Amino acid sequence: MLSFIAKRLLSGILLLVVVTSGTYFLAHVAVGDPTPGLLGNSATAAQQAALRTKIGYDQPLLVQFWNWFSSAATGDFGSSWRNFQSVNDQIALRVPVTLSIVVFATLLAAIIGVGVGIACGLRPGGLLDRSLKLASVVLFALPGFWVSLVLVMWFGIELKWFPAVGYVSPEHSFGGWIQSITLPSVSLALGAIVMVAEQLRNGFLQVANQDFVRTLRARGLSGRRVTAHVLRNASPAALTVLALLFVGLLGGAIVVEIVFNLPGIGSLTQSASQIGDIPVLLGLTAVTVVFVVIVNFLLDLVLGWVNPKVRER
Amino acid sequence: MTTAPFPTTLAPVKRISLWRRYLRRPLGVVALAVLLVVVAVAVLAPWLAPFDPNLVDFKLTHATPGDGHLLGGDSAGRDILSRLLYGAQTTLFGAVITCAAGLLLGVPAGVSAGYFGGATDRVCSWISDALQSVPGMIVLLVVAAGTGQSFVVLMVALGIFLAPGYYRITRARALSVRKEPYIDAARVAGVTNGRILRTHMLRAVYAPIVVQTALTAGIAIGMQAGLQFLGIGSASTPSWGQMMNDGFQNMLNYPLILLWPSIALGLTIAALAFIGSTLADLVSVRSEQPTRRDRSRVRESLAAPAPGDLAERVASGSHAHDAEDCALRVDNLRVGYAVSNGVKEVVRGVSLDAAPGEVLGIVGESGSGKTQTIFSVLNLLPSGGTAVADGIWVGGREVGRLSPGERAALLGRSIGYVPQEPMTNLDPCYTIGHQLVEPLRHVHGMSKAAARERAREVLVQVGITDPDRVLVSYPHQISGGMAQRVLIAGAVAGRPPLLVADEPTTALDVTVQAEVLELLRELQREYGMALVIVTHNFGVVADICDRVVVMKDGRIVETGPVERIFRNPEDPYTAELISASLDDTESRQELDEAWSRESPAALDRVGEKDGAR
Repeated sequence: MLSFIAKRLLSGILLLVVVTSGTYFLAHVAVGDPTPGLLGNSATAAQQAALRTKIGYDQPLLVQFWNWFSSAATGDFGSSWRNFQSVNDQIALRVPVTLSIVVFATLLAAIIGVGVGIACGLRPGGLLDRSLKLASVVLFALPGFWVSLVLVMWFGIELKWFPAVGYVSPEHSFGGWIQSITLPSVSLALGAIVMVAEQLRNGFLQVANQDFVRTLRARGLSGRRVTAHVLRNASPAALTVLALLFVGLLGGAIVVEIVFNLPGIGSLTQSASQIGDIPVLLGLTAVTVVFVVIVNFLLDLVLGWVNPKVRER
Repeated sequence: MTTAPFPTTLAPVKRISLWRRYLRRPLGVVALAVLLVVVAVAVLAPWLAPFDPNLVDFKLTHATPGDGHLLGGDSAGRDILSRLLYGAQTTLFGAVITCAAGLLLGVPAGVSAGYFGGATDRVCSWISDALQSVPGMIVLLVVAAGTGQSFVVLMVALGIFLAPGYYRITRARALSVRKEPYIDAARVAGVTNGRILRTHMLRAVYAPIVVQTALTAGIAIGMQAGLQFLGIGSASTPSWGQMMNDGFQNMLNYPLILLWPSIALGLTIAALAFIGSTLADLVSVRSEQPTRRDRSRVRESLAAPAPGDLAERVASGSHAHDAEDCALRVDNLRVGYAVSNGVKEVVRGVSLDAAPGEVLGIVGESGSGKTQTIFSVLNLLPSGGTAVADGIWVGGREVGRLSPGERAALLGRSIGYVPQEPMTNLDPCYTIGHQLVEPLRHVHGMSKAAARERAREVLVQVGITDPDRVLVSYPHQISGGMAQRVLIAGAVAGRPPLLVADEPTTALDVTVQAEVLELLRELQREYGMALVIVTHNFGVVADICDRVVVMKDGRIVETGPVERIFRNPEDPYTAELISASLDDTESRQELDEAWSRESPAALDRVGEKDGAR
């Protein structure tokens, strides 16, 4: 168990280093000289040179990278090139908002997706099953921001059931928080729900045709108990999809946050990318990869718990 | 990154037939028509568009439809229809670049990883997994930060993030084709790796790639619009995402501006998604679930006597006991499956019976319907199978007319079942203990402690010397022979008066086979059970059966006491089976011995000797 955790931790750190370093060089190559973007076109050459010195851009790239990397390794991502505020502080302020909608969306996908998936698996070819197939085709492909625009127009502006835009923190008002994250979460979750349901349904049917299910029935176990066995065997695939979805939703959240005007990491990513604020972008990348690593780690733990064979590897 | 929900099992499909079959799907045809319209619009945009898409006319700002501007004007005073038409061009151009990039990266990597395996596979798979766990949207925004105006670079970057979708599907396909004998044959014949990759492998992955491309194009268009919505891309190139952003800014006052590009985007993506799913349906081997109509069709066909076929419709086999005295009695059983052009009958009128304490063998080669007969008794036919019988009696009671729930209540209590393949008949996710205790508690109503004690006791009874270790083991931790003992223990734990065993020794090592047969014989005597044992091996019959039923093509060709059948088989098929069994069985000596004797007692001794060996 300890070696398992150590192995996962190591591969997680490796991924973090590779992705952030890759993004570092990619960003530097892509952005080039950041000062015109940061200062605007009206800035004088002297102002630009001063800023270059201040942010260390006049040093060789590898020196810059080493300075950034050694600081980032201690958990400090430096300060923004635009307003010189701490990147850590800015992100810490915004992460709860993004996590609120992504976690809520994942929960929705898990609960509704699993429910629908089981219902379809129990009655393949039924009305619900056929509807799921149709819905999964469309909802899988439609981008979250498209869905969110439709939801805003309909529920936010036409029906006025939910606030169209804006964020209320849970400390301020819990009910308001739920209301403010419902529409964004739902628009993120719709595609995820059908994917989880489809995955579980297929896995369910696959397992239900296996020999041991007949044997369980032959022992006289009730349908409900047999279903529990089938479900446990079918769950790894659905769980894996759920973890992959979490990663996808983090990306999808960026656009959805902008539609709903939520102060999450999405709008920060957008503004930072438009002016070439590389330290902020790198901090955001690192935070996201950390989330991905954590989720994958949790997934491995759960998979080990569900499937004893995995545990021994 | 998102991945496509795509079945990994795909059948190789011929090009022409795929295309023809596609045209028979109405939904697919409609989707294809929509896509063709979008493509036509994109190509013909310069001729179709009534205005220059970037021409600003301040009078047109937020204009409602009409006055030569069919869809009105946007917030900058540009003609919406013209921008929509040119936007189709941008959208499709981007999708083509993205798909090409994903294809060129993912497919060669996937084919090589699947074909060569080893280090190639590990490296490629690590990169693919890493790409999937990278927050693609953020990296794309980073790329856009500098090269924001270079649409092509951005779309290529997007393609890199969608490449794992291609990689996974081609790798899985290549992996399965790699194992096909014709690839080995080609290698032995001296065809180079490069040539095999170019010819056989690419042909094998062709169909899944087409499907994946339709799905990827849909996702690419969605993500492209998302990026444009975020303000990425040149302002002078009209795009749907940009138009949606413009509409979004003015959503409250001028919702129509948002409506048009949303419809265009939604329709295009949905069309691609439906094309992909229709293609996926056509190329994947997905067993169709039988409908209710299929089932009733099978039932009618089985029940109705076919006119010109009377001899075939008479039950085969005979009964040796009165119905009330039987542990099991089956009267004129028929089993059928719905197939595309009618009904396939696998059991065609079978009658047999077994008294308490009697061992009945059902013998026949594979496909003779013997296992289907057993499953019909249990009422556990695979989905799509339907059984019809004049009567099924269990313990002297007619159960054939009972509801499915009442039939299920017989299982475990009145009928025990021992399956053929031990390793696939235990749930891999639960301990042996759990699997033995669960039915004892919830079917036989024992307390937890009593059930655990009974499970331990029955494990000892089936010859397991360390029951406590086995109880806490998972199925993959024990051997096949031990798993079969566990399954036998599970079948007899509830002390059913009737035990049916479906080829209980076929999957086992030769040395274990005799032990398991002996065990079944012992348990059968101890519990006074009737035992119905299905086998294709007359050696097994000689070892333990009292009477035997010989089946061929879903019908019984001969029924009788074991000694009589061995000594004097009436049906030539039985004689054939016996001689075939004798030729390849290792216990020929014992069989010869059994053959020469006449009393069942002698047979028993043979069985004991066999087990002790």
